[in-house]
Amino acid sequence: MLRVRDLHARVEQQEILKGVDLEVKAGEVHAVMGPNGSGKSTLAQVLAGKEDYEVTAGSLELEGEDLQEMAPEERAHAGLFLAFQYPVEIPGVGNSYFLKAAVNANRKARGESELDAMDFLKLLRERATLVDVDEALLRRPVNDGFSGGEKKRNEILQMAVLEPRLAVLDETDSGLDIDALKTVAAGVNALRAENRAFVVITHYQRLLNYIVPDHVHVLLDGRIVRSGGSELAHELEEKGYAGFDGARAGA
Amino acid sequence: MPTATDTIEALAERDYEYGFVTDVEQDTAPPGLSEEIIAFISAKKNEPQWLLDWRLAAYRGWLKMAEPTWANVRYEPIDYQSICYYAAPKSDDDRPKSLDEIDPEILATYEKLGIPLKEQEMLAGVAVDAVFDSVSVATTFREKLAELGVIFCSFSEAVQDHPELVRKYLGTVVPRRDNFFAALNSAVFSDGSFVYIPKGVRCPMELSTYFRINAMNTGQFERTLIIAEEGSYVSYLEGCTAPMRDENQLHAAVVELIAHEDAQIKYSTVQNWYPGDKEGVGGIYNFVTKRGLCEGRRSKISWTQVETGSAVTWKYPSCILRGDDSVGEFYSVALSNNRQQADTGTKMVHVGKRTSSTIISKGISAGEGQNTYRGSVRILRSAEDARNFSQCDSMLIGDRCGAHTFPYIDVANPSAQMEHEASTSKIGEDQIFYCNQRGIDTEDAVSMIVNGFCKEVFRELPMEFAVEAQKLLEVSLEGSVG
Ligand SMILES: Nc1ncnc2c1ncn2[C@@H]1O[C@H](COP(=O)(O)OP(=O)(O)OP(=O)(O)O)[C@@H](O)[C@H]1O
Ligand SMILES: [Mg+2]
Repeated sequence: MLRVRDLHARVEQQEILKGVDLEVKAGEVHAVMGPNGSGKSTLAQVLAGKEDYEVTAGSLELEGEDLQEMAPEERAHAGLFLAFQYPVEIPGVGNSYFLKAAVNANRKARGESELDAMDFLKLLRERATLVDVDEALLRRPVNDGFSGGEKKRNEILQMAVLEPRLAVLDETDSGLDIDALKTVAAGVNALRAENRAFVVITHYQRLLNYIVPDHVHVLLDGRIVRSGGSELAHELEEKGYAGFDGARAGA
Repeated sequence: MPTATDTIEALAERDYEYGFVTDVEQDTAPPGLSEEIIAFISAKKNEPQWLLDWRLAAYRGWLKMAEPTWANVRYEPIDYQSICYYAAPKSDDDRPKSLDEIDPEILATYEKLGIPLKEQEMLAGVAVDAVFDSVSVATTFREKLAELGVIFCSFSEAVQDHPELVRKYLGTVVPRRDNFFAALNSAVFSDGSFVYIPKGVRCPMELSTYFRINAMNTGQFERTLIIAEEGSYVSYLEGCTAPMRDENQLHAAVVELIAHEDAQIKYSTVQNWYPGDKEGVGGIYNFVTKRGLCEGRRSKISWTQVETGSAVTWKYPSCILRGDDSVGEFYSVALSNNRQQADTGTKMVHVGKRTSSTIISKGISAGEGQNTYRGSVRILRSAEDARNFSQCDSMLIGDRCGAHTFPYIDVANPSAQMEHEASTSKIGEDQIFYCNQRGIDTEDAVSMIVNGFCKEVFRELPMEFAVEAQKLLEVSLEGSVG
């Protein structure tokens, strides 16, 4: 599904990603862990096509298609979804209005008929129940004045409504209380499917108790220095990143 | 991969959608301004002597006045002697009784504008008083209104049919020598709308007028007068768009509103006159004096405007809050794109006790547009316990445009409660990227974000108008940024 090869990327003249390799197959869940500033969000933003990040070497492919040739919205149309670490507020634009525009933009791009208000509302209600998002949040402007946890939940709601092929969740667990964490995890698990993959960026093993990953990667200073199964997350929880420092143990 | 900026720039190539000229023979005065021309206009309109005298007094005042230069706008000097001050469709005398009698070409013009009268007529109780050039050629729903005693007609008709009302109120809110452009209008005004709502009547439909500038080289000098008697209510809509032109056209309108005790007037404008081309050639000069008098206790006047057109806009819809407990409101969206310049805002003058005013201004600058908010809130000594809330937000799209805010506050009574908020923001790359990531392209993202920014104003507009205004904003934004 996703193939990242020797990816180098920089922002404002500074190289952040220094050769990342990552292969994600359909149906898999990959966790990416790593200390602050190691480049996790950069990787996510590069995948989504943020302008500020310049890819200087390497390749990015989604289902065999070169992502670098695609505008951010085209990547979305192709099924890429990014749950932002810091979701953006759009004052005055209703949350459900926004989602409907998004759903229909994607449908249109894929040559499907647009959903009418009734069908959309039905879908929205159903998915809102799935991820336990309050109706009141649907009527408010996108993320405007939402609490940190509400914003994160709203990202998951958007994911559930947009039904992506590949979802990248950037620290969706940060700032969530324990109940919210469980609901978010349950939402993700409900969406796990043969033809769908997840890349879950997190600092905490705790999330991975609920969303059990097939693979765990450690990103350090712009490189994946180690990959393993879910046990790797436990090891990190115990020992921290110190053991990986510079030594790139086991990479 | 196209950037947000590229996409927005590509949109700039679109032409002004409503640029076309209708060919209707005009009955036109020779260019220039003099007492003879004014007498000609007055005679053409078969006006009483007092009105001619009133016009002449305004003209003599105007001759001694200088064109104001304080506004933050720049334009070529206007040659007032090269302007034609009167134009009317030829068949002036036999006015049409229904749409069937209207020149098909005029109807076709409206069709092109997307405002077919026939549909308008049927639209949720909207009465349409269409001003084509300077003379009204279509008025509908008038009988229905007449049953309630509501008068809704062209200004010229009001002069003929209700001279006592016109004489009583004309110039009472905007004196004929109020300012340079108001004086000019008072001297040469062509036509406009007249509305009278009798005591206790709630006007059952939105009253609406579409203005259109069409004749070559002809200034438009609209004059509108709305009177709401005790306990009455009216919502008036004004919308306009104009054909493509080469030379600048002067538009100097005057609107006067009078609200008596417990009366409410809601005046909404969508303004989309030709803004000129990308280099700033052509376009309408829109120098408007709009003022409402809250004469009676608990009266309320509310201005809502969406200004997307014109090359130069100079406009400050104002409220004089004379009655105790009276309320003034101003909700504005002003967009300046390409070389457009807008200097707009409001004046709230608090005279009565416990008067309150609200100002919500949303300025959007794109391209090389310059957008200025100029607002003044005056609390006179007599205005015990007055309150004002002002919020002026500016949004910049691109980095060649400008936003300026000049709030003037003058408080002569210490009991006043004043609240002022202001913000300037650049349309967020992050917001656009967020929309893109959800599959929404940049063009749609920009109009969505801008519409969201203007939400507080749009929700003050009547429903159909709000939809139209949003669409207008989208069309006007095409061609932002560099
Ligand atoms: N737009 C930017 N301008 C300058 N530096 C940036 C920018 N974006 C990221 N960086 C830098 O790149 C490095 C990696 O940042 P990134 O956000 O990818 O880290 P992260 O692994 O997601 O960290 P965290 O766990 O704190 O979220 C940091 O040093 C950061 O300061
Ligand atoms: Mg991060």
